[in-house]
Amino acid sequence: MAEAFLELKNLKTHFPVERGIIFRRRIGTIKAVDGVSLSLQQGEILGLVGESGCGKSTLGRTILQLIPATEGTVILAGKNLNHLHGAALRQARADFQMIFQDPYASLNPRMTVYDALAEAIRSHRETPASELPMRVSELMKKVGLSPRYLKKYPHEFSGGQRQRIATARALAVEPKLIIADEPVSALDVSIQAQIINLLAGLSREMGLTLIFISHDLSVVKHISDRIAVMYLGRIVELGAATQVFERPLHPYTKALVSAVPIPDPEREKKRQRIIPPGDPPSPMNPPGGCSFHPRCPYAIADCARIVPVLEDFGDGQTAACIRMREIN
Amino acid sequence: MPLLQVNDLRTYFHTRNGVVRAVDGVSFNIQKGETLGIVGESGSGKSVTCYSLMGLIPKPPGRIESGQALFDDVDLLHCRDSQLLKIRGKRISMVFQDPMTSLNPYMRIQDQLAEPLLIHEQLERKEAVHRAIRALEEVGVPDAARRIRSYPHEFSGGMRQRVMIAMALITKPELLIADEPTTALDVTVQAQILELIKKMQHELGTAVILISHDLGVVAGFCQRVLVMYAGRIVECAPTERLYYHPKHPYNRALQKSIPALQPKGADLYTIPGLPPDLSKPITGCAFVPRCEFAREICKSPVELTDVEPGHATACLRIQKGELELER
Repeated sequence: MAEAFLELKNLKTHFPVERGIIFRRRIGTIKAVDGVSLSLQQGEILGLVGESGCGKSTLGRTILQLIPATEGTVILAGKNLNHLHGAALRQARADFQMIFQDPYASLNPRMTVYDALAEAIRSHRETPASELPMRVSELMKKVGLSPRYLKKYPHEFSGGQRQRIATARALAVEPKLIIADEPVSALDVSIQAQIINLLAGLSREMGLTLIFISHDLSVVKHISDRIAVMYLGRIVELGAATQVFERPLHPYTKALVSAVPIPDPEREKKRQRIIPPGDPPSPMNPPGGCSFHPRCPYAIADCARIVPVLEDFGDGQTAACIRMREIN
Repeated sequence: MPLLQVNDLRTYFHTRNGVVRAVDGVSFNIQKGETLGIVGESGSGKSVTCYSLMGLIPKPPGRIESGQALFDDVDLLHCRDSQLLKIRGKRISMVFQDPMTSLNPYMRIQDQLAEPLLIHEQLERKEAVHRAIRALEEVGVPDAARRIRSYPHEFSGGMRQRVMIAMALITKPELLIADEPTTALDVTVQAQILELIKKMQHELGTAVILISHDLGVVAGFCQRVLVMYAGRIVECAPTERLYYHPKHPYNRALQKSIPALQPKGADLYTIPGLPPDLSKPITGCAFVPRCEFAREICKSPVELTDVEPGHATACLRIQKGELELER
């Protein structure tokens, strides 16, 4: 196997919870990301799914060093990102970029498309002013926007077009890794398809490594090579996209897959749902052992004691469940 | 006789940038106990349609230009306020998308839940609270007798939506309008809430209008579906027919662009262009500029017409038998 392009080792991001105005004291810790290890090949698309509060966005931001990791390492193309600060970090950022969920909030309303893209290009590389217009036009064509729109402001574009601009801005520095955090959640179905096609195409053509964060399983299944399922800060299942979808191993993944509505009335009528009762617990006081055990239909006494680790089930599909072999 | 019959509803918003025709000639009905889905993308007029029925359109800028909504011989659009007050919240109730903004953060759950009973059924406070506790138990809120004294912020999103449903159903309405009731929730919680609405509907015989942008949610929930585009209904059919035998190019395009139905990794079908600007008058079919089957004839006015029993489309070419669509 080729050497991993991105490697996460036991990555943890904990946030302190404090109370008090004058005498601030720590009353607890939110373990948003709690021991994630993962490796990605170059050009791979990894889908990261989970429900709100499971830590998928925090994981994305921790990888990109937007939030400092509490513990663990992020190694991108052989470089340890945790040790970078200041100018060195800024320079390294040319290799990894982010696309955010809300294209209405992530673009500066007072900058034209040209300004936004030119700034991104200049920020990472000395570029002669004469070359800028050409580079910006190239970028716009790459994401399927006509360079005619150069002088327009974000409010003149639709949501889908704005997400294209945000993508172009991420591409401006020629990154090797892009993390897209719910890039299509704010968009309508017909527009969603355009952005999914765009991102899949870019990854294919440019060999981009892509981490696609979403709560929508069918979108993630469509675009990803592999899927990682998160629950309360930990990865509970990891495997090839179709496998995870068709033969989920972890009880939580089973529930998640069975809860996704299918736009097909016949199939929808026939299917059996396993819906876990209740809501995901607060990440401040996660249950001991396997954090899914209070909602799990397969839970036994040991599940409250033993913290399961990811184990291989074959074909590279792994899950963190002590009863994995019994229930599958 | 249908429970609710809507005829030629037009709701326009008079803004500084012109008249926005948010709902432009919508007619449909719903039978007792039926489940009707309304799907469409943002701005298609699905919410405005239902808000118009409930008298919740801010006026100005909104104005109901024409139409009728007959509910038990009362025209909801033109009746006196006192009549509407007797129906709204009692015989027709509504669940909104975001349970955080639709509950009053300053009121305990019990006061909000009991309010419809105090107003509509003139119950004693004690008895109203008692019924409120029972209603909370029925929607699956654990420890209801204690939890009813909490404030909305003490509940999770899913629990809040349960409270909203309990509140909407506490007067045993004949019609429940649910406007994207699960859009703000996680998938597993979404499945719980949809099951709950189904269960309550079964027990009370309530008719439900489910507004959603998610074709998956509608597929499993509704008996009949309306597809809206640019303020008009473009197709209306029983759920199976709508999904398996689309009779309007927009409906077909919508389904082709959903990843769940397409082979993995294949390029998804995309609808070119953008939805039309509703502040400009549209003659003929509103989907023409984006439709791959459009011809000159499509620019002439079109009505929603049955092409098969119970299956209506607003595509002229299909009405004339010129066009067959494959799923």
